[in-house]
Amino acid sequence: MDVEAAKLIGAGLATIGVAGAGVGIGTIFGEYVAGGFRNPAAAPKVFGNVLLGFALVEAVALYALVMAFLILFG
Amino acid sequence: MAAEHSPLEQFAITRLVELKVGGVDVSFTNSSAMMVAVIVLVTLFMALSMRHNAMVPGRWQLAAELSYEFIAKTVRDTIGTEGKRFFPFVFTLFMFVLFSNVLGLIPHSFTVTSHIIVTFALASFIFLSVTLLGFMRHGLKFLTFFLPPGVPMFLAPLLVPIELISYLSRPVSLSVRLAANMLAGHTMLAVFAGFVVALGLFGVAPFIFIILLYGLETLVAFLQAYVFAVLTCIYINDSIHLHH
Repeated sequence: MDVEAAKLIGAGLATIGVAGAGVGIGTIFGEYVAGGFRNPAAAPKVFGNVLLGFALVEAVALYALVMAFLILFG
Repeated sequence: MAAEHSPLEQFAITRLVELKVGGVDVSFTNSSAMMVAVIVLVTLFMALSMRHNAMVPGRWQLAAELSYEFIAKTVRDTIGTEGKRFFPFVFTLFMFVLFSNVLGLIPHSFTVTSHIIVTFALASFIFLSVTLLGFMRHGLKFLTFFLPPGVPMFLAPLLVPIELISYLSRPVSLSVRLAANMLAGHTMLAVFAGFVVALGLFGVAPFIFIILLYGLETLVAFLQAYVFAVLTCIYINDSIHLHH
């Protein structure tokens, strides 16, 4: 197998890691909305934490994406 | 036909002024020019907005005061009253990252924070300063940070290396998070721009998607700057108040 083909396959496989972000972000915002229905007054107070959590989860997905780019273009 | 343009071409560093000091290449690059632009804009924004110092703020003064109060509140909430001395640092950091991210959104401009070396320089400086701060304030007791209170002793040999590794990965995660977000966003914009050209008349669909993507990228620019500042505050808080 030549290097170009291996690079493409490797990049495709590395992108599977981004699936974790879907689960994580869905969990964060789902819990936020569910908590908002139970305690609407507390929702604005915790929104900062929601954004922080979202960014941290997104970061892990982007590590996977960076690996894919490194494999593809490195 | 036209040459193959890679979507990663926008991140290329071009030398604007060639300079060499003792064999070391210290050229003034497009990255340096953007950093100068960022610093000039931040300084002008804060200085000129507060020029009139009115009791009832006008629009510009309101924007400057809002950004000040936003970071001041974040520092207060995470570090407490001792955070006051770190506020200038966190505010400068936040404004630099924010303006760098947003200025990169201008078409044909350069995103300073999309390069891992820039974000790694910022993150490693923060990491080293915060660790030094912890050692200066608590001496060798700072190492008790890696053994959370109330942990049974037989778990310690397992827990301390894990805590140590997760602490040492902080500069890596801090830098890669910012750089990867900027890199991925701008690369997607370039890829979809390629689709617009390739599809001809049907290029309207990717074009509309690019408009939506620009909205997302603006949100990500603000969010990543905020997350960078908040995590810095959390790390400072960890050093000052040694509990988890």
